[in-house]
Amino acid sequence: MTAAQTAKLTLGPLLFNWSNEKRQDYYARVADEADVDTVILGETVCSKRTPFQEPHWPGLIDRLQKGGKEVVLSTLGLILSSREMNDMRETVADENLYFEANDIAVDDMLKGRPHMIGPMMNVYNEGTLARLAAGGADRVCVPVEMSGHAIGVLAGAGIMDVEVFVFGRMPLAIAARCYHSRIHKVPKSNCRYVCGLDNDGLAIDTLDGKPFLTVNGTQTMSYTVSNLAAEIPEMLKMGVKSFRISPHDVDVVRIARQFRGIIDGTADPQDLLDETDGLIDGAPNSNGFFYDEEGLKYKNAE
Amino acid sequence: MTRVARDPSRPVTTLELVCPAGTPAALRTAVDAGAHTVYCGFRDETNARNFPGLNFNRAELREGVAYAHDHGADVLVAINTFPEAGNLAPWHRAIDDAAEIGADAAILADIGLVAYARDNCPNIRRHLSVQAAASTPEGINFYAREFGISRVVLPRVLTLPEIKELNRHTDVETEVFVFGGLCVMAEGRCSLSSYVTGKSPNKTGVCSPASHVAYEEHGSGLDSKLGGFTINRFAEGEPAGYPTLCKGRFSANDKVSYLFEEPVSLNLLTMLPEVADAGVTALKIEGRQRGKAYVEKVVRAFRKAVDALDRGEQLDAAAIADLTEGGRETAGAYKKAWH
Repeated sequence: MTAAQTAKLTLGPLLFNWSNEKRQDYYARVADEADVDTVILGETVCSKRTPFQEPHWPGLIDRLQKGGKEVVLSTLGLILSSREMNDMRETVADENLYFEANDIAVDDMLKGRPHMIGPMMNVYNEGTLARLAAGGADRVCVPVEMSGHAIGVLAGAGIMDVEVFVFGRMPLAIAARCYHSRIHKVPKSNCRYVCGLDNDGLAIDTLDGKPFLTVNGTQTMSYTVSNLAAEIPEMLKMGVKSFRISPHDVDVVRIARQFRGIIDGTADPQDLLDETDGLIDGAPNSNGFFYDEEGLKYKNAE
Repeated sequence: MTRVARDPSRPVTTLELVCPAGTPAALRTAVDAGAHTVYCGFRDETNARNFPGLNFNRAELREGVAYAHDHGADVLVAINTFPEAGNLAPWHRAIDDAAEIGADAAILADIGLVAYARDNCPNIRRHLSVQAAASTPEGINFYAREFGISRVVLPRVLTLPEIKELNRHTDVETEVFVFGGLCVMAEGRCSLSSYVTGKSPNKTGVCSPASHVAYEEHGSGLDSKLGGFTINRFAEGEPAGYPTLCKGRFSANDKVSYLFEEPVSLNLLTMLPEVADAGVTALKIEGRQRGKAYVEKVVRAFRKAVDALDRGEQLDAAAIADLTEGGRETAGAYKKAWH
């Protein structure tokens, strides 16, 4: 079996606050039509969004599993209160599910059980990976700012399966403060869920009108859209086991199909790059982190 | 894991004042001004203030530790960046050397490094850096149980009541920032600088580096730029601030604001009784990039305040005014209204 035949496609957790209707439609289509191996559900950004989604998870999980997908449930990236911690404890109590931890406390709750480590945890090296493996973690989606060189070392270390974020606006920071609330001049405690107004996040500009970053509630994201399509052949050689597509308000079925073609060696990465350049809010592709340069850059492979 | 104060005259209830030492000269200044403890880093990417002209080589740290210990002060060495895969040696060497030189603790963030320190240098205390973003008792207790950490520097995302509650659920000492520059994002979980400049706070210990800063004339005013992006704009004669990425003015939905944070600095001088009541062990002053005069002034003011608190006295207004003059200040996340 070649490396290409074993690499999988993962649809990461939806980072934005979509309406339930939109979310249901999206995942119904993913279940029936998207050529992805794994689908990650769960809220990673803001605990205030969770109560609206949680009742729908069992139905979605069932539907996705019937569609042949492995389902993972992800968890909060920044836990600030004992209420949030208790919610996390209740969530991971379900022994039948496989979880993604984005905070060390949740990783610790999952100790002794197979689970995965999300890209918001600081896993930069083999020493840390080995410690997390000892606690039961068996898959890691590495941080978005990790260089290709370091990805190669981790993928080659054989400590656990390595996944790389290859498509979407990159989660760059998380805060206790909510920027959507600040922009809309509403208190965070009574935010009216204004983050739900922007399906791909709210792009912000510099004073001279240059697009700069994207705001998504308490999360700050890249303005550019990460696209590592051209780096996939190299990552397959390194032994990267899966590639993560992050949900956006675009045709995910089509994008997944193209990534699959690149993994299988039947599609030209440039076709996908041409198609996604400017697709989301006019934002360009970027891949700079892979080359240990500015994350917002797109560098053509040599 | 109780701490033994080197200075026997120091009351055991005293809040420990942890002060920045960006250079050997700043270390001596801080100690002379009354620091109970100073923190510093090696002159490389192993610490989160990897700026040109700052930090210590091995010989300087040895002299600094000797000076501090002679004056009853402790020295903590920040080794609080995250080594990238395949390049662990410089960080391991930093821990080995800090221990060999006799520093009192290593301030660590990376899980692999905390494990390394416990296994290889068990005699040096392990403090968990703010960069580890341990914001919950469960997270902190994980590091205590697995790696025997003695202290955690709390992320600047918690309110004082939340810190008080947290202290009820952990035996690990807590250290909180009380003065200086303020991250608005959860520390150690921010790749904004890396995205814009290619220089990563987590990997190379640099945020909004001077090498990427430019000031450009704009009409009669001045634009401050980072990596080619305008971070702020100043009118003629207005003092132009440093373009720290998250402290600029940006436009969202056609409205301009200090969207992430105003260019303010943290000051909890007048809130120390509440900080003490929250059960914290140590107060941290940010500013290893600052000059001796700044360090002298801030350390002296806070030492006075800590001593006054010990004696049950009110802090005199002059001491407060002296420190707060000019700058714009905030109590940051410690007050709920900030969120």
